[in-house]
Amino acid sequence: MIEHLLSSSDLDLETATLVLDTAAEMAAVSGREVKKLPTLRGRTVVNLFYEDSTRTRISFEAAAKRLSADVINFAAKGSSVSKGESLKDTALTLQAMGADAVVIRHPASGAPHRLAGWIDGSVVNAGDGTHEHPTQALLDAYTMRSRLGRLEGLRVALVGDVLHSRVARSNVWLLRTLGAEVTLVAPPTLLPVGVDSWPVQVSYDLDSVLPKLDVVMMLRVQRERMNASFFPSVREYSRRYGLDAARMGALPEHAIVMHPGPMIRGMEISPEVADSTRSTIVEQVANGVSVRMAVLYLMLGGMA
Amino acid sequence: MNNWIISGASVLGGEPADIFVRDGVIADSAPDSAQRLDATGLIALPGLVDLHTHLREPGREDAETVETGSRAAALGGYTAVCAMANTDPVADTAGVVEQVWRLGKDAGLVDVQPIGAVTVGLAGERLAELGAMATSAARVRVFSDDGHCVHDPVLMRRALEYVKAFDGVIAQHAEEPRLTVGAQMNEGDTSARLGLAGWPAVAEEAIIARDVLLAGHVNSRLHICHVSTAGSVELIRWAKSKGWRVTAEVTPHHLLLTDDLVEGYDPVFR
Repeated sequence: MIEHLLSSSDLDLETATLVLDTAAEMAAVSGREVKKLPTLRGRTVVNLFYEDSTRTRISFEAAAKRLSADVINFAAKGSSVSKGESLKDTALTLQAMGADAVVIRHPASGAPHRLAGWIDGSVVNAGDGTHEHPTQALLDAYTMRSRLGRLEGLRVALVGDVLHSRVARSNVWLLRTLGAEVTLVAPPTLLPVGVDSWPVQVSYDLDSVLPKLDVVMMLRVQRERMNASFFPSVREYSRRYGLDAARMGALPEHAIVMHPGPMIRGMEISPEVADSTRSTIVEQVANGVSVRMAVLYLMLGGMA
Repeated sequence: MNNWIISGASVLGGEPADIFVRDGVIADSAPDSAQRLDATGLIALPGLVDLHTHLREPGREDAETVETGSRAAALGGYTAVCAMANTDPVADTAGVVEQVWRLGKDAGLVDVQPIGAVTVGLAGERLAELGAMATSAARVRVFSDDGHCVHDPVLMRRALEYVKAFDGVIAQHAEEPRLTVGAQMNEGDTSARLGLAGWPAVAEEAIIARDVLLAGHVNSRLHICHVSTAGSVELIRWAKSKGWRVTAEVTPHHLLLTDDLVEGYDPVFR
């Protein structure tokens, strides 16, 4: 059904909807006492993580295990990679061990594309550099649909470091496919140069955007950006682009607040917003497992 | 026996004519006992000069040597190549440029003219002994830190001034280093979508703008390596219109390849 998932732009409306519908069925399994399906018994899924990641790796691991796949976790730290092995050689090693799917997280944009050209199995991009993180976009879309009942016509703002955000890129393409209207909100320094050609609205002013939204998604500002002149100070960033209780009050009654995590409380989001009933942050994590189960199922399920 | 009649070639792209060679030199009449070479359909040009090559010797003989580079040049119709200074050790002393020059002589296929580094070790901190390289057997006249930009404006000014003493020229690798940290490809729609750090055109143009002004100010000779943006061309045209002594070069890949080739992340196209 799906060969590789490298970019959310690989998914057309029909396939993206199928993933979300399948995820809903998987969620039902996760609600049972025995959270396990035999579907991928005998299949091997490798988690190949070149960057530290807790939630994404665990989420993929849980997803594969609930489908009864064998899971091999390969972290670059303390492995053959730290001895100087190249990505290609690592890939061929995993291939020789019979990996049916490789889930890869890598600091270099495009690493999953290269990997897909070297191995026979399926490749899932679990975040590559500043490029994409398609399963995050899928779980975000799933969360929006389950909270708000639809995706078509939803008004969604992505707020923060769009320039370096793989979550933002994947969300832009997927939400476009699913018919939502996306607004990117950021200081001009944190927007990419080519953004004019993206299918989005752009605003530098969070306050003017909030009253028209169904969804506001806050993006993390990484620590290493904080002293690199993208903005004058954390305090000023927080004042102009942070979501606090007052700003949350400007949102329409039904609007939800999302964050892909890990969040920095007090920077882009205040604690009272993060912990409010409008926040879907914990739900997003739970939905992540269902969506990743759906992706692995649609990739590997048909070929056993 | 080095007498030839090369017949039927289009000379400089014009009408086909016979070219006579007597004792290896072009002559105005047919030499005795000449061999005839049919060149119908080919174009005859004078020997070409490549101002910008990397012969990698000394240091990276696994990639290229003066001899292999000379062979490639000769096969491509080049009779002279200038060898960039980013070897290991760097060609920043009379000793290294003379070594490269001798290797070129030994290969004996084309004129190999070493280029000297502008700064010691290409580090951009202090001038290399430009005069010693100029008066060495290699007679260096072109100086370049190619691969690195001479980004310090004072150092660039001094280099431009200093080489006037021996009619030298500074060949600049125009790249403002602070604007290109981690850069992997031209900054634009494609780099933004692919999530690859962009290399903005202004990083090249800002240095060219600065350096043509410096060259004009101190009345020295500046050459711009591998120009790759339309803005750079405008700046160079403007500098020439002022009568400043500025030249430039362009590479085939900058003319022929475009951003979209990077879509598959094949690093060959970076």
